[in-house]
Amino acid sequence: MNVLNALLLFGAAALLAWPTGRYLARVYAGERTWLHFLTPLERGFYRLAGLDPARAMTLGQYVRALLAVNAVWLLWGLGILLIQHQLPFWNPDHLPAMELTQALHSAVSFLTSTNAQHYSGETGASYFAQMAVFTFLQFVSAGTSLAVGVAVVRALGRAEKTANVGNFYQDLVRSCLLVLLPLGFIFSVGLLLTGVPMTFEGAGAYTSLEGVAGTVARGPVAAMLSIKELGSNGGGFFGPNCAHPFETPNFAAFVLHHLLVMLLPMAFVFMMGFYLKRRRLALLIFGVMTAGLFLLLVPAVLAELHGNPALSALGIDTGAGNLEGKEIRFGVFHTAYYNALNMAIPAGTLVGAQDSFTSLTGVPFMLLMQIDAFFGGLGTGFLNFFIYLIIAAFVASLMVGRSPELLGKKIEAPEMQAATLVAVAQPVVVLACTALAAWVWASTPSAATTLKWLPNPGAHGFSAMLYEFISAAAGNGSGYESLGDNTPFWNLVPCLAMLSGRFVPLLGALFIAARLQAKAYTEPGAGAIRLDSLTFGGLLLVVIGILGALLFFPALTLGPLAEYFEGK
Amino acid sequence: MKSFLRPIIVSGLLLLVFGFGFPGLLWGVAQLLPQRTAGSPVVVGGRVVGFERIGQKFTQPRYFWGRPSAVDYNAAATGASNAGPNNPDFHAAVRARLDTFLQHNPGIIKAQVPVELVTASASGIDPDLSPAAAYVQAARVARARHLPVAQVQQLVRQHIEQPWLGFMGPAHVSVLRLNLALDAARQ
Repeated sequence: MNVLNALLLFGAAALLAWPTGRYLARVYAGERTWLHFLTPLERGFYRLAGLDPARAMTLGQYVRALLAVNAVWLLWGLGILLIQHQLPFWNPDHLPAMELTQALHSAVSFLTSTNAQHYSGETGASYFAQMAVFTFLQFVSAGTSLAVGVAVVRALGRAEKTANVGNFYQDLVRSCLLVLLPLGFIFSVGLLLTGVPMTFEGAGAYTSLEGVAGTVARGPVAAMLSIKELGSNGGGFFGPNCAHPFETPNFAAFVLHHLLVMLLPMAFVFMMGFYLKRRRLALLIFGVMTAGLFLLLVPAVLAELHGNPALSALGIDTGAGNLEGKEIRFGVFHTAYYNALNMAIPAGTLVGAQDSFTSLTGVPFMLLMQIDAFFGGLGTGFLNFFIYLIIAAFVASLMVGRSPELLGKKIEAPEMQAATLVAVAQPVVVLACTALAAWVWASTPSAATTLKWLPNPGAHGFSAMLYEFISAAAGNGSGYESLGDNTPFWNLVPCLAMLSGRFVPLLGALFIAARLQAKAYTEPGAGAIRLDSLTFGGLLLVVIGILGALLFFPALTLGPLAEYFEGK
Repeated sequence: MKSFLRPIIVSGLLLLVFGFGFPGLLWGVAQLLPQRTAGSPVVVGGRVVGFERIGQKFTQPRYFWGRPSAVDYNAAATGASNAGPNNPDFHAAVRARLDTFLQHNPGIIKAQVPVELVTASASGIDPDLSPAAAYVQAARVARARHLPVAQVQQLVRQHIEQPWLGFMGPAHVSVLRLNLALDAARQ
């Protein structure tokens, strides 16, 4: 029954993604859509901002505009978090300002769509900060990911040679106003109906049946929930994220969350098919992504259902599986399934505590997160996949002895250099940062009492540090929450991973696409690689496996695998 | 317009739409369902005794107990234990919870204790129990309230919330609802 549920939910997300993909393709082609009534909003926005959306931009101009708005957002976020206690409204519970490194970490984290949170929403962020910084950044960072994704797809579809990569502001505004705003609104209203709070009244008070007074944190939760998942952001209103009963009150809300997480990453693949009129290729990519996802998801779910042997040894009824850090209204199966999806999609909106998952689950989870292309983040997952696509096309062409090309454009040295740089940068940054953390921990005398990073003994501590950096670089933002992460070290070093993990793939893919569109199109000959063939699909999976997974095996043996053998 | 101002103006407009307009609009819609969107407080005799979906702590034998909580059911600072699967402190905590449970529920053997009653939830305020975890406490509650066990079991049965749409997700029992029904049955 559980398996059937999961397949049904996955299928429903795909069914919903198909028309959404068609809608996206029409929006970015500038065609009339069924949300036509929003067009005046878009036009009004351009007029107020004094923008000419038709103005062509070169790669350099596009990148400069992107970096400029990101800089403005970073400063805004950082500033507000530092003075949130002085703002006169939307802070009914009188929460204090954030400490400097924590504010920096939070601002970078939401700017890069990572949404790692070293504060806890209910005690660390005023309603003003939750709305004007976090929810705002969730919308615009998702808009940025979508804009660049679209720019790359558009570049692949251009038949004529041109240096024009489109207008960044137009891509951003369309993504925000015509895609994220309507979808976010519809799903937020859906969540309201299931019982998610939306109030500015501050915490609620009650006296329990046993006569004990209690306080319940609440707030404008529903506004944040839809965009955190639509945009692959993931920052929860509350510390436990989607596991909190106010974020997911019941199974109906769980279903909405599931659809939200999968919708746009799936729709983006279909959008590419519609936009480039290559539906077969889109279906092949969809198939490869689904295959890769389930290859890693199934073992994770099985490990959780099997449970923790240390508890089975007590002679209690452990038939339900590993329930530490999980909630009854989802059960073990759905918690593991949904968390696995949130590894593949770097939303990281978890319904269970990662720390308490069984040791072996850490392997597929960290691999899914690292690969970040089995659907992957909104826009960014496709960009990562695009990098793998270039490398696979290159390898395949060389295997059959042809000069490498992608969709009729030649792949030459600069494109391959950029693709390799992007593919290698993320693992290098993650492993170097983890090594640094491990070195600091090991070289600090009595680190357990002075640093207090790792409350769990043994290899679990290494897993927690490795996970934190993979999560930062992949823009996932979830964590082994046991990590004592609100310290200057953990607030500053992961910023490096977040920034490189965000901007290297974004700009790298854009660079490659801009170069490809500046080349002449040649009709593929008889012996050319067929991108939409099953053989190529298989090769693609292998390339992703080698690049995304093998690089991490040494580190994974020191973390989750060592932990598994400790428990034996 | 000066070109360096453009990113600032665009950001400002986006902030108006998404930082203020969007939450404001949604808040307006929420006012159509004021109870539900304020967290669904449960009022008994003019007093707020809890929130529909927020678990609260029960320690007296006459009430059904929810799951162990890493934050002692503090709904103002929620969270999980974040204990690793091999953590010896975690194993010790589980053993202690099991002993406490068996002590308060004489006649119950280990093999009848569902794992959820000795493991902490993800939010620390899990409002629910599985039907099995409620039934296993029925004898204790009945004894403390001088009620027939069958009547308490009947009450549990009435409070099982079936899977959504009949087949999606696990069946579960809301601990607060069940305990409220117990109090009402006494009168």
